[in-house]
Formats: sequence, C-alpha cells, structure tokens
Amino acid sequence: MRRRLQVSEAMTDGMLCDECGERPAEIQLTTIEESEMKTHHLCSVCASEKGVSSSTSAKAPLVDFLAQLGKTEPQDSSREQGEPCPYCGTTAADFRRTGRLGCAECWAHFDSRLRGLVRRLQGSAQHVGKLYVHSGSELGDRLAQLAGMRRRLQRAIETEDFETAADLRDGIQELEASD
Amino acid sequence: MLDGGTLEGRGIAWLAGGGDEGEIVLSTRVRLARNLQGFPFPIRAGFEDSGRILDRARAAIEASDAMREATIWTIDKLDQTERDLLLERHLVSRELVDRAEGEPAFAALALAENDDLAVMVNEEDHFRLQAFSPGFALDQTWRRVDRLDEEIGSVLPYAFHHEFGFLTSCPTNVGTGLRASVLIHLPGLVLTKEINKVLEGISQVGLTYRGFHGEGSEVVGNLFQLSNQTTLGKTEEELVDHLARVTGKVIEYERSARSVLIREAPTVLEDKVWRAYGILRTARSLSTGEMLNLMSGLRLGVSLKLIRTARVQTLNEILVLGQTAHRSRDVGGSLDATEADVARAAYVRDRLAVEAESMSAGGDTPDEEPN
Repeated sequence: MRRRLQVSEAMTDGMLCDECGERPAEIQLTTIEESEMKTHHLCSVCASEKGVSSSTSAKAPLVDFLAQLGKTEPQDSSREQGEPCPYCGTTAADFRRTGRLGCAECWAHFDSRLRGLVRRLQGSAQHVGKLYVHSGSELGDRLAQLAGMRRRLQRAIETEDFETAADLRDGIQELEASD
Repeated sequence: MLDGGTLEGRGIAWLAGGGDEGEIVLSTRVRLARNLQGFPFPIRAGFEDSGRILDRARAAIEASDAMREATIWTIDKLDQTERDLLLERHLVSRELVDRAEGEPAFAALALAENDDLAVMVNEEDHFRLQAFSPGFALDQTWRRVDRLDEEIGSVLPYAFHHEFGFLTSCPTNVGTGLRASVLIHLPGLVLTKEINKVLEGISQVGLTYRGFHGEGSEVVGNLFQLSNQTTLGKTEEELVDHLARVTGKVIEYERSARSVLIREAPTVLEDKVWRAYGILRTARSLSTGEMLNLMSGLRLGVSLKLIRTARVQTLNEILVLGQTAHRSRDVGGSLDATEADVARAAYVRDRLAVEAESMSAGGDTPDEEPN
C-alpha cells in the first residue's frame, strides 16, 4: 500500500532532484510505503510527472507545463512542430512561446498534446458545464459560414490553389447577395 | 447603442458599497471567455477579421435585452489618460489596452447603461463577457452574465467542443470560460499573520488570488481578489458555489482575526486606524501605494465603527478615483509622478473633510446614512 502524505516546499535547499538528479529539488514529498516512511526530493518537472504539485507550482501551472513540454519531447516534437494548424498557421513552437492557441481548429489539430496539458492544468479534460448548440439563427449561421469560407479563400490564395479560390469567391458572393 | 462618448462617472457602480458583507467584500465579478466560430482568435486574427468580429459584437450586443442601451468605446480612439481611466476602474485589462497600440486591432469595451455588464471585444478571446456587483453577490452576478451569454450565443455561433467545452485561446480558460472573483479586504488576517495560511489553504482547494490591480499585481492595501483557478470539469454553478463557500469561510476567519485584535491588542489596533486616518486627512503628498495602505487602516476603522465619519462607499470611490489617471483628468492634463502624489493627497483630504462634515451634521450612525 502506498499513501501520499505531504507535499511541502521546505528543506530542499541545495538538493538535487532524487528522480532526474539534474535539476534542483523544489518539492519535498513524504510517502508511506509498506508502513515505511520515505521522503523524496523532487524538482517541479519530475514532481508534476508524478502528478504531484505544490501550492507554488500550482500558481503558474501553464508556464511550468510548457517548459516541461520543451524539455521532455526534444526529438519527436520536431516533426509535429513542422505541421502548423491548417486553418490559422499556428505551430507547436508558437504555442509553447505564447501559451496561446490561434483558433478553434488548433484544439483539434493539437488535440493529442492538449488533452494531457488540459488534464494537468484543469484536473479534467471533460467539460460538464453549459452545453451549447447554436440554435441556428439564420443570420448567425450565414455569418459563420461566410467567415469560414473567407478563411478558406485566404488559405487557397496563399497556397496558389486558384481553382478552389475562384469557387470560394463565387460562393461568398452568392451568400453575401442573399443578405 | 451609443458609440463613444463621455467616460465621466461610467463603470463605477461596482464601488457603490453596501451589498452583502460590503465592508469586507468590495465587489464581485464573473466573466465568461467566448470565441466565435469561423474566426481565428485575436492573437492570429488580422485587420479584416478583427473588424468583422467587432461588427458582429456590436450587432449582437445591440440585439440583446441585457445590453441594448450599451455604450461602446473602441480603444484606438481613446487617448492615454482615457485608457488609464478604464484600467483604474477595472473595466478593461492591460491586454485589451495594449492590443490597441500600433496597428488598429478593433479592441473595444461595451458597457451596459447601468454599468453592471460589460463586454471586452478582441482581448485575448473574441469576447470577455463580464458582470459586476458591489459587495458579495456571486450567485446573482453569475446569473446576470449567464443571461447575456445566452442572448449573445443565440445570435452568434460560439466555438464549442463536446469535450473541451467553450474553446479559448489559452487552455487555462477552456471549458466554462468562467472566472468568478471577489475583491476582499483582509487586514485582520494580515495583522495577525494568519494570511499566509489562509492563502495556502485557498490554493489547495483550487482557488487562486491576485492583487488589487489584477493579474500579476502585488497585494497592496490588504486587498485580495480571490478567484477560481480551473475552468473545466465542473459546472458553472459548482465553480461559483465553491468560491462563494470558501469566501464565506475567509470572511469568518477575517472576522475572528479582528475580534482577536480587539481583544488582545486594542491600543495597537486603534492607534493604527487613527494614524492612518490622521495621515490621510493631512498629508501633502501620497503615492498610490501609500494611499491604498492607509485606506486599508481607515476602512478597518470604519468597519469596526471606531471611525464614524466616513462611509464604505466613499472609501471605495477614493481607491479608484484617487489613482493617477483620475487625478490627471481632473486637472485636465497629465501629471508627473510628483504632481500626481500632491494632487492625490489634496483629493483625499478634500473627500474625507467633506465626508466628515456631512456625517457629523447628519448624526454619527454611518449605517443609517441615506445614500
């Protein structure tokens, strides 16, 4: 049986993390395993990997987590970083730098990375609050449709896909005319 | 909807004082972060998209019952002092103001006619819907912003995901997009040195705190903004309820800390309160920080009925109207730091003198003073 007792920030001055042996220990974790008490000294990165957080690290969880993303996934992230969000062009590196996503599509594009991050930050990855279904006011639907088409048009022009661009432009004009 | 116009006296209804626990909790606010489908978030939206988002915001706000008679200000069109006025009134964030630097970003603030609802447009998210109330009023403040949200969301399509909820630019806001906060005055806990324990407790139950000036600001004047840390995995009602329950506890702790001070150190307490009042009534130069700290002593004195010649509402107003942009605006120019401190001291002296005179003329029971 393993029981977690206490997380504190005291008494880690000058110690290195028990887990990675590289970073300075910031968190002291006391556990009871087989009725034997053990004290671990962890850096914030290893601590959060173990799902431990202290009140200090909880104050800036996103920054910590982003720093961690940068450190723990050096090799395989380069490929992912090369694939920006197809809708707005945000890359994983942009997100790491700013902590901000560029558009709603980023949530789908970076889904696998975000899921873990969100769970860590929020303690859950499932919204249970207000449900939203846009009841389809005609105006709202058309505005949303137009906005999406304009974006796609812009991307089509940028990628020199002129055939798609022409179709989209006609479609937009048609929709706008129905105003 | 009114476009622009005077900022005079706008957006300070939350300072009105009164409300539940009005001596300890200055105000309550609840905000919802929302984004529109089909547009990149502000960090990625270019000139044209930002303009379209603002157009939609105007149309939807105008179509709403809650904010039909709203006034809207585009930040680009305000001068520096006007922007600072909005910041000092806690109506806009630094981020919204900064977005208006350089290229036009169509950053805007819409404010309901009676100042209890506002929408920031093109801030970190397309919309930040906010409701404000004086005192401790989480439930009614949440319901007010919820109604506005229903109205706007029925006209404009929000970006919503079945798992992640309302999608936001920053993952710390995703889900409900809800941040509820109370601005609370805790001098008793600070003086009895219990405050760190309380703040630690708060962070252990999923809440966080900021200073008077908002995100990233230091605590001054014993004023704390307590708010929920997470926005996903709980319903809006649960988040609001949880903050309300914890705040209720903090109010209890504050009261018992004050009782301890009265019992154990009455002279120290009285001396602190009266010195603060004395300096505020006579100083010839006051920095913002010094003003906020002394006002904390005075507020404690008024709350404990040691001082009966000032009302909570007036103290609330001084906190905001005593700040530099408000002082500059009153003299119709910009003040350097030294001039601002002198102007601030004069303003505080004057407000407190007028208040003391009117209250001693009207009897010595502040609670019964009509507004």
